[in-house]
Amino acid sequence: MITVEDLVKDFGPKRAVNRVSFTVQRGEILGFLGPNGAGKSTTMRMITGFIPPTHGKVVVGGHDVNEAPIEAKRLIGYLPESAPCYSDMTVHGFLSFAAEMRGLHGSAREEAVRRVVGMCFLENVLHQSVDTLSKGYRHRTCLAQSIIHDPQVLVLDEPTDGLDPNQKHEIRQLLKRFGRDKAIIFSTHILEEVDAVCSRAIIIDRGQVVANGTPAELRARHELAGSVTLRVQAAAAETVRGRLSSLGTAGKVTVSTDSGTVLARIFPRDKTVNGDLARSVAELAGKEGWRFDELRTEEGRLDDVFRAITQPDTRRQGA
Amino acid sequence: MTSESLRNIWTITKRELVGYFNSPVAYVFIVIFLLMNGFFTFMLGNYFQRGEANLNSFFMWHPWLYLFLVPAAGMRLWSEERRVGTLELLLTMPISAWQAIIGKFLACWLFLALALALTFPVVLTTMYLGDPDLGSIVAGYVGSLLLAGAYLAVTVMTSAMTRNQVISFILSVVICFFLILAGWEPVTELMVRWAPDWLVTTVASFSVMPHFAQFQRGVLDFRDILFFGSVIGFCLFCTSVVLRGLRGA
Repeated sequence: MITVEDLVKDFGPKRAVNRVSFTVQRGEILGFLGPNGAGKSTTMRMITGFIPPTHGKVVVGGHDVNEAPIEAKRLIGYLPESAPCYSDMTVHGFLSFAAEMRGLHGSAREEAVRRVVGMCFLENVLHQSVDTLSKGYRHRTCLAQSIIHDPQVLVLDEPTDGLDPNQKHEIRQLLKRFGRDKAIIFSTHILEEVDAVCSRAIIIDRGQVVANGTPAELRARHELAGSVTLRVQAAAAETVRGRLSSLGTAGKVTVSTDSGTVLARIFPRDKTVNGDLARSVAELAGKEGWRFDELRTEEGRLDDVFRAITQPDTRRQGA
Repeated sequence: MTSESLRNIWTITKRELVGYFNSPVAYVFIVIFLLMNGFFTFMLGNYFQRGEANLNSFFMWHPWLYLFLVPAAGMRLWSEERRVGTLELLLTMPISAWQAIIGKFLACWLFLALALALTFPVVLTTMYLGDPDLGSIVAGYVGSLLLAGAYLAVTVMTSAMTRNQVISFILSVVICFFLILAGWEPVTELMVRWAPDWLVTTVASFSVMPHFAQFQRGVLDFRDILFFGSVIGFCLFCTSVVLRGLRGA
């Protein structure tokens, strides 16, 4: 549904987005990650046709956003970063306006407004003026605007920003439900969100895509990913290391002692075929008669991966 | 223009109009407009002392009245969208920038037309007191509305240039002031003393004053209508250029 090809955006001498390419299919939820100022919002603005790219192109549902903007925009629902709303209108008035701009009039308009009001839990504030709303409600009002025409493509810039945990949960459930038959791109800072919602994630740093894969694939990039941790009571550290190293599937083994227990970390010899490592470690421990109270396979933590492959602002300034 | 684009324009116009009347701005504006009109016409314009059954003392103040009131009414049209960020919302909807520009312009123009229409008691008074030429009154109103439209187009343009309403207001007042002064008799008389004729006429041809004066005399000339139409067209075109530049940079 969405094809981004070699997208470049320059602001004066500064290159905000540098040769970004990716595709999103129907039924996919793409998480867009990156530090502040990495170019996430700029990329989304080019996808939605708000700003033209310096180079490259965006095709949405077969329409080039630059050459056939109206046709492309018809397919897109967009939630901009700060969730702007017309503050001099009521929620109902605002949503009716959005519906009419999308070509829904009369009873179709009322039906669309009713549908999104239910989805975004806006019943209580329907006839309230937008500028009296709390941040959470205003955010959901703008989200409601983006889905009013049941678009095939959703572009959401930080849809859960500024919401409380319950509201975040609701929005995530909503995204998951939409994700079945739409193509969704959303940006976020919250890495657990990626795990909870996305089928794929892209990490972008200083305008460039630095990682693109499923959340599991990204986690696998972690240095500890796939290793097995074993905590053994009352055993000699060197013996444990020696025995573990003799396992066929084990690679490097590190041990440390900690208040009478031995903590061993066994890395797989081959990161791609580590499935049975934990089981063979358990079998070995049983055979040796070790009393262990912890045995688990590390999954790798997304935020460590994120930190490892993006540069924090502070380091960037020094560079 | 297809019916769909007309529909889009009307949707935007409607939204802006609702926005005006949902806030106190509209009511404050109309009241001040009517009060000032009355004050200028009857107090400064010596409406009664003139003893003439026409609206010259009413229309003659409009270029000066509009100078401040029209920028005040139109300054928020784009600058507010830029400040709040709704511009991003508006321009990512399936409409062209032109439809948005015309829709907004029309909304504010209709609003000004309403305020102008509410001055009808002046007409009734004149008809009660004497036997005015209704044709020239109609021409006067058409001229006044076109003048307001020209000022408004300037304001729409300056409003797109900045996210600050005050700057937008000041810029448009200055430009409109030039549009008055360039052809205002006291100024042209000053210029005649040192400038060559062609310069005086060139500068004066930018002015709204000679064209507005034609309407006051009751003359509906195509060339005067064309003048106001082209000022409006030019300024709205500039608005579209400004908006495009905004998105490109």
